[in-house]
Amino acid sequence: MNKVMKKTVSNVCALKIPRKFFCSETVKVAGSTDFVPSNEHEKRPIISEVIPEYDIAIVGGGMVGMSLACFLASMPMTKQLSVAIIDSNPALGSGISIQREDPPDPRVSTVTPASISFLQDAGAWKYVEQNRHAYFKKMQVWDYTGFGYARYDAGDVNKDFLGCVAENKVLHSALLSCVKDSDFKTTFYPLRLTSMTLNTNSMSTVKESIPSKELPSAQGHTSKLQLSDGSSIYAKLVVGADGGKSRVRELAGFKTTGWNYSQNAIICTVEHTSANHCAWQRFLPSGPIALLPMGDNFSNIVWTMSPTESNDRKSITEEMFLKDVNSALDDGHGPHPMSSSLGTRDLFSWLKMDATLSANEFFEIPPKAIRMASKRMVFPLSLRHANSYASKRVVLIGDAAHTIHPLAGQGVNLGFGDAFSLSRVIAEGIALGSDIGEVNLLKKYETDRKPANVAMMALLDGFQKAYAVDFGPFNFLRAAAFNGANLISPLKRRIISYASGENKLPIFFGA
Amino acid sequence: MKLFNHLRTLNTHHRILRNRFHPLFNNTNFFSDASSPQQSTTPHVQQPSPPSSLNRNELAKFAAIAESWWDFDGPFKPLHVMNPTRLAFIRSALCRHFKKDPYSAKPLEGLKIADVGCGGGILSEPLARMGATVTGIDAVEKNINIARLHAESDPATSTIEFCCTTAEKLVEEGRRFDAVMALEVIEHVAEPAEFCKSLAALTIPDGATIISTINRSMRAYATAIVAAEYILRWLPMGTHEWSSFLTPEELVLILQRAGINVEEMAGFTYNPVTGRWSLSDDISVNFIAMGTKTNNTE
Repeated sequence: MNKVMKKTVSNVCALKIPRKFFCSETVKVAGSTDFVPSNEHEKRPIISEVIPEYDIAIVGGGMVGMSLACFLASMPMTKQLSVAIIDSNPALGSGISIQREDPPDPRVSTVTPASISFLQDAGAWKYVEQNRHAYFKKMQVWDYTGFGYARYDAGDVNKDFLGCVAENKVLHSALLSCVKDSDFKTTFYPLRLTSMTLNTNSMSTVKESIPSKELPSAQGHTSKLQLSDGSSIYAKLVVGADGGKSRVRELAGFKTTGWNYSQNAIICTVEHTSANHCAWQRFLPSGPIALLPMGDNFSNIVWTMSPTESNDRKSITEEMFLKDVNSALDDGHGPHPMSSSLGTRDLFSWLKMDATLSANEFFEIPPKAIRMASKRMVFPLSLRHANSYASKRVVLIGDAAHTIHPLAGQGVNLGFGDAFSLSRVIAEGIALGSDIGEVNLLKKYETDRKPANVAMMALLDGFQKAYAVDFGPFNFLRAAAFNGANLISPLKRRIISYASGENKLPIFFGA
Repeated sequence: MKLFNHLRTLNTHHRILRNRFHPLFNNTNFFSDASSPQQSTTPHVQQPSPPSSLNRNELAKFAAIAESWWDFDGPFKPLHVMNPTRLAFIRSALCRHFKKDPYSAKPLEGLKIADVGCGGGILSEPLARMGATVTGIDAVEKNINIARLHAESDPATSTIEFCCTTAEKLVEEGRRFDAVMALEVIEHVAEPAEFCKSLAALTIPDGATIISTINRSMRAYATAIVAAEYILRWLPMGTHEWSSFLTPEELVLILQRAGINVEEMAGFTYNPVTGRWSLSDDISVNFIAMGTKTNNTE
């Protein structure tokens, strides 16, 4: 069967699926009321007494929710599914228009090579490339002590790039375009989810005093979602992709574990005189600062610090803030690391593999920021993890299941990984004739993703605790920083392999 | 441990099929008075909604049972765990035989399939979702009621025809199917050879017959009988008669005599670490066979 599935995944063209599926068959919705939905999808199929029924309801049409739609649209087993996307953002229905000249948004994501390949396979990445984005091939990580630094080049690991930074709105609109340009049946509901009836024990509803025409069989196989305009829809499977404050998670009663760190991150966009092609991160006494290339002459700043400092730095003038940034990325708080020929490398030379990669190049000073290109935004850092990702007819993906950071960074990569895994599990379920809302099936997704997500979170949390200042948004860089700081080798490999999105294959030290 | 558990459940299933019902799990007492109103239900007539003569309390009782058949953590859990593996074999074997598109979400569309000994419909429902027109039969009326009630809840499976009958009676009625399944049934049948003839008679020429069962091997003896019945006492002693198990060779032989040529066979192996079953060529305990009916019989 595995063989069949693999073929299925690769052979996207071999499609002979009748358009007719669950939804276009006669569906008993409310007891005796039978109806056959028309093939054309009405924008708002809210007719009294007729409750539309979908295979999947994705609550939250953000990057992760839309990536799930993309992945489902790209596979023959799942592309005939009918999907409702519930998100109060009205732009989802009309599409997000992005002009290249638009000022860069400070909310960016660093997409790992693994996520890029998922998005490429689903046909979404080409839309990202039509807008502002920046692949980076190099990065440099160092700290304020002047003690060490590390430089990485994509060539070291036989990759074309180490990652790609793109604005969240670019990623989001790419995913939207990808779904819209496919023949995937999606219906957007620009509404909020208000309540949810899960029917986990469908037939026990008989015991309750239900009007006689509403027999238990009417919705035993679905969840009922109530939306903010009073309308309802049915879905066999509800996917909570609605972020860290997930309503689905709350309504379905998933418990979470988590805590806040007493650190905030300031994010903003700055402009240089010429394009930046390298990712930079420096560890300061109060937390790491990262300078990520964004395309054109822009870079994104992610600077972690204590809440008091962040409030101060948010309120000071732009000139003063720029001065702080430039100093933090240069010789503020401590000297530049010594050149590699002097001592620094000798310290690490017992790690043979490292010597071949890093530190051969000279230390560089990051390009100066000359102008602020966005407002400064402040986010608190927190960690939150749902104890379970799946129950009958409900599943959580992305930040709804695990918040490692309010900024995108690694978070969105974990979310893409979740969406990819869930889409494969659904495809497998359909291939074997399963009910896609069955918990037995959905637990496969949880089994697949939970260890990866927990490991990443534990790593990050461990760092947070062990190196209270080193909780940065950009794990890739931070991981490399630990390499530079000469941590134990096996741990480093794991960090970097996780950070690059290749859980099993440590790309940096592929020995 | 888990393996025994599987066997226990499989055996429980069989015993139900054989209509030798023992109160093995608590739900059984629900049955005590539930069968009488259901007897008014005519088999073969599909019931999109429960019959009007059925009162709500009775329906709730059936619902409780159905939920246990379909409760993945309930007594039938091992059967549910094994089900995807059986379905993977059936899907690929039928796609190959009937030249169906394995990349389709509904590859079995257009095929009429009989599920002999359907129990709660655990196999019938996925087959229907794959597009097949399914007839599930079971000698136990309670199972049929449960299967029917559960299948009704999903439009994709509400088209399944569930009948309380036997393979022999279906033959008498002149029913024919493209494919006939009898999973984990034959080891409990008094006359396996006669049973196979019935299955063959239900299958159209060039149609497929799929049978799964337990091997008469020392390993099967150790796990299914000695451990499960005598040591762990999960099953009443005598649930299985080892001597009535069929080896793959014997099964091939009696199928051949019934006019069915076995073309594919696979074993199910249980991995206690992952808790999953997988297909393998180890047919020493649980195995499944697919044969095609030759044209020249009957």
